Parts: sequence; C-alpha cells; structure tokens
Amino acid sequence: MSPESVLVLHHVSKQYVMGEATLDALKDINLSIYRNEYVAFIGPSGSGKSTLMNIVGCLDKPTSGEYILNGTPVAQLDDNALARIRNREIGFIFQNFNLLGRANALHNVMQPLIYRGTPLSERKRMATQTLQSVGLGDRLQHLPNQLSGGQRQRVAIARALVGKPSILLADEPTGNLDSSTSRDVMAMFDELHRHGHTIIVVTHDQNIANHCRRVVQLMDGQVLSDTANAIEGEPQEALRRV
Amino acid sequence: MYNLVESLRSAFQSIRAHAFRSFLTTLGIIIAVAAVIAVVSLIQGFSHSVNSTFANMGANSLTIQSNETQEDYLTGKVVKVTPDDLQAIQHDVSGISNITPILTLADFGSGAIQFGDQTAYAGVFGTTSSHAENTSFYPVMGRYLTPSDDLSHRRVAVIGQTLITDLNLPKNPVGQYLEMYGQWFKIIGVLKKLGSIGGQDQDDRIYIPYGTAHSLLGASKVPDIQINLHVNNLKDLDSVVGRITQILRRKHQLKPGQDDDFLVQTPAQTLGTFNKILNSITLILGGIVGISLLVGGIGIMNIMLVSVTERTREIGICKSLGARRRDILMQFLIESVILSLIGGIIGLLLGYGIGMLVAHLVPQFLGAHVPWWAVVLAFGFAGGVGVIFGIAPAAKAASLNPIDALRYE
Repeated sequence: MSPESVLVLHHVSKQYVMGEATLDALKDINLSIYRNEYVAFIGPSGSGKSTLMNIVGCLDKPTSGEYILNGTPVAQLDDNALARIRNREIGFIFQNFNLLGRANALHNVMQPLIYRGTPLSERKRMATQTLQSVGLGDRLQHLPNQLSGGQRQRVAIARALVGKPSILLADEPTGNLDSSTSRDVMAMFDELHRHGHTIIVVTHDQNIANHCRRVVQLMDGQVLSDTANAIEGEPQEALRRV
Repeated sequence: MYNLVESLRSAFQSIRAHAFRSFLTTLGIIIAVAAVIAVVSLIQGFSHSVNSTFANMGANSLTIQSNETQEDYLTGKVVKVTPDDLQAIQHDVSGISNITPILTLADFGSGAIQFGDQTAYAGVFGTTSSHAENTSFYPVMGRYLTPSDDLSHRRVAVIGQTLITDLNLPKNPVGQYLEMYGQWFKIIGVLKKLGSIGGQDQDDRIYIPYGTAHSLLGASKVPDIQINLHVNNLKDLDSVVGRITQILRRKHQLKPGQDDDFLVQTPAQTLGTFNKILNSITLILGGIVGISLLVGGIGIMNIMLVSVTERTREIGICKSLGARRRDILMQFLIESVILSLIGGIIGLLLGYGIGMLVAHLVPQFLGAHVPWWAVVLAFGFAGGVGVIFGIAPAAKAASLNPIDALRYE
C-alpha cells in the first residue's frame, strides 16, 4: 500500500435486506484514494454512490470486504471509535447543508470541536478563522435562516474544514443551489484542492464532476469506470492506480 | 471529555426556543414543588414557633392532667385530677418542688371580662405563685400572684397583654378593676408578651389565685385540675413519673390492667407527640406530592419524546459531526433535568410566596419558615424526576442510526 493512500476499499460489498428480497447496493468495490486527490463519485440515483459515501464517511459499515482509513481497518471499530473518526478524519458537506437551525454560524462551525473537547476560546478562534477563510467573517452571529443558500453551504464547508479532516466528503454539494452559486461553491472546492485537501464529491451532475481530477463512475453498485480528468491549463496529474 | 457547559447552553437554547411549551411541560413540577414548599413552610413555621416556646419551659417540668379513656367514656365515669391528688403527690413524692395547681375556668360562666363599656373574652386560670417559675411567664408590670393572695382568696388578676388593647385599658393597667363572673378583680400585674403558638394567642389570658378560682366554682365542688411541678434533678425524672403514676392509680382505684385515667407528661413528651403528628402530616403530604411529581415527570417524558422525534435530523447531523452516543444522551438528559430544575425553582419561589401570603393574610397565623431540607428535597426530587423520565427519550435519541436520522424529514 502506498504510504500516501488515505483510504483503501478491498472487495467492499453492501447488501440491504428488505423483507424477503436482498438488495445489492455495492458489489465488490476496489478503490484507493490518495492524499490531495479530487475525486467525483458520479452515477444516476440507485447506482450506489450514496451508499459508498456513507461507508467512506463511516456512517455505515460494509456487509463484506475491508475498508482501511489512514491505515486503520474500520470494520473492528466500535461506535465510539467511528464517532471519533467522523469527528477527526471526515468533513461532511451535505446537499441540504444540514446546519443546526437554532445555532448561529459560529456555533455551527464550533460544533464538531465540542465533541473533540477543544476549549471554548480555542474553539471560537478556530471557527472564526475558518468562517473568515470562506468569506463569512461578517456573518458569525447569523442564524442559518438569515443566510442565503450559498452562504449556508459556505458555513457547512467551514464546519467540515474546521477540524482539519483527512477527507472532505461532499454529497451533492450544489444540489440545492442555483447555477451561479454552484459555480462559487465549486470554485471553493477547486481552491481547497489547490491547498492540499483531499476531496470526494458525490454527484449525478457531469458539470460538477468535470471540476474533479478523477472521476469514478458507478452503475448498479459497481465501478463502471475510473478515469483521470484533463483540466485545461493545468498539467495532467499522473494518476496512481492500484 | 464531554463539554458540560456546551450541553447546558444547548439545553437552555432548546428550552427557550419552545418557551411556552417548556413552561407547560414543567407545570406539573412547578405545581408539585410549589405545593410541597407552601405546605411545608406553613407546617414548619408552626412547628418552629411551638418548639421555641417549649424550649422556654424547661425539660424538668412535669404536667399531670386527667385523660378520659375509651372505657371511661363508655361507662360514663367522670375522670378528674383533684386537689386531693395534688396533696397526695405533695406528701408522698420526694425530689419535686413548685407543685402548682391550674384550674381552668373556661367552662364556667359566660367568661366575659368587662372594663368600663369594653368587653373581651379570655382564658381564666386559677393558679398559685409557683406557676410563674414553672412556665417562666413573669410579669413585666406590677407583681405576680402570691401565696397570701391564694390563702385569702383575694380578687386579684395578672393579665396578658392582649387584654390591654382589647379592653382599652391604660398603658399601665395595674390598680384598675375588671369585672368577671359577677365579681370585681384588681389588676396586680401584666405578663410579658408571649406571641402566638399555632394561631393561638398566648397573651389573652388572665391568672387569678387558685383559691379564688375554686371559690368561684363553688367550694363544695371537686374541680378537675392540671398539676405542674418541677423535678429537682433531671435524672430522677423517670422515677418521679413512676411514683406519681403509682399514687394516682391507687387513689383512682384502678385495677391492674386498667388504663391510666390521667396523663403525666414532660414538655419533651408533649413536644414529641406534637412533632410525631406533624411528621405524619408531612409524610402524607410528601406522598401526595410524590404522585404529582410522578405525573409531572410523565409530562416531561412525553414532551422529551416529541422533542427527540422533532430533532431526529439534528441528532443525525451531530452524529455525522462526531457526536458519540453519550454526547447525545447527555444532551437530552441535561435538557430534561434543566427543565425539571427550572420547574423546581419556579415552584420553590411560588410555594414560598404562597406560604408567605397565607401567613400574612391570616393574622393569627405563624410566620412561614422554609427549612433547608425541604429546598434540597424539592430540588432533589425535581432533578431526579428529570433524570428518571429523561432517560428513555435520551436513550432513544442516542441509539438513532445516523444515516436514518440524517434522512429523516
């Protein structure tokens, strides 16, 4: 295994039992993602991309196969350890932002640091800094319903970033945004990638996937293709494959 | 380490977000705690004043009075402690002093006391000079009854301070004459102010010489008296009580196995009986309050379950951000405890207010007194209710699957 790999999936399958029927959401997925990669999981609904995201995000466990995150096999971990991984290694960004409605922008961004036991003053400093970096330095005390969709998603991005996770995991991050706001958000992801973040974007939208340097296409629970994306004006990366 | 401060902040935020609902939720607790504090404050105020009065009376004093048993009642036997009994005790019991008869004239005549055109009613007692020493009811003006008052059946009276106002007497009424039972009595002294016990004014009393009282009743009639005496040495208390019991049983011709038709009591015993009754009342009320707290707790549990369902998505978000089971559990548990404790605080203030108001509105009533244990108990129970009835909703929240919770609409 390359020392730079952030996550490795070995023969990962996921089945859902629905009464009599068994649904194969994922079938024998093999995938490695390396540090500072910018990957899109693309596929139509029902292709298994959300299930894959849930497993990568440690919200769900595979039925069989092995998932290794930062060198740690996840299968043996208990609930608390998984919570710890979600807290420290994963930064989630959701389609519908999933902000805490009663908490202002600052408190939303501080929330993951609470579970880590960061002291209040440090928490405040980190959250303020991160919100400033996404351009919301003047919106700290605003509640989510006082912010526009784009601003909410930037709060969510700040919340994902504040804990300095290994992976940013974005599930249809522009799904609820208009096209110009979507471009802003994607530009922000591009920027984050340039600063060295590892980003996985789950989408059904080819335009979004085009921002990424690597596109993993899913269909019926299997990897259909795994290709490098040529970006104009930038030298194509030498993609490393298992 | 979980951040408690953050949980508290979140709990207050959530309670404030549904202020009215939270208030209704905690209303059960408010009422239960208010009820217990109001009642306890009044009972304790009562007990407090009685206890402090008894404390003045000294542990060495004994009271003997007649006590009609069930059997006496059924057979129609008239039970009395008589001056004859007093004589016998005086002769046959050693180690005692200040043997004092008290003859209550309440049942005799109209009981009306007149001065000029003013009329008042008061308890009139016939007693002797040693009564003041036994009870420490000393006069602040004039003098107390003397043995010679008693021997010559003088028509003199020592009065309590309430009578000065009731009868519109001069500030220093010593030397004035009162009319009662168709006789004139010269006021020779005014007792110190005692206040009231349990709504009972202690200052509307008149003491006249025992001999005078006896002759008012009619010298041929054998009165039922109360006897007060002082036991010289506290360690002899039990033997003195035993000796007196023996003498009175013999004099009253009680057969072995028959119940005493009299009571020999120390202030401590009287106080003990009194406190026992108060404690039972407190316990019964405690039971009732317990039930209302239970009902209040169910109200809290109900709303907390609703709240968990409403906030399923929020729980999912927190889990995706790295909240552990116990983080979620604590968050909801703290919320229900805070809710209960807020109810406890409001109930405490309300109950105290009600106690004060009642004590204020009923003039003869004693002052309300909230003992620290009642406060601790009320809070303890309110908090306990929060924990017990918060556990189930909190556990439900903590065990939610993050994916399902995130998908919840």
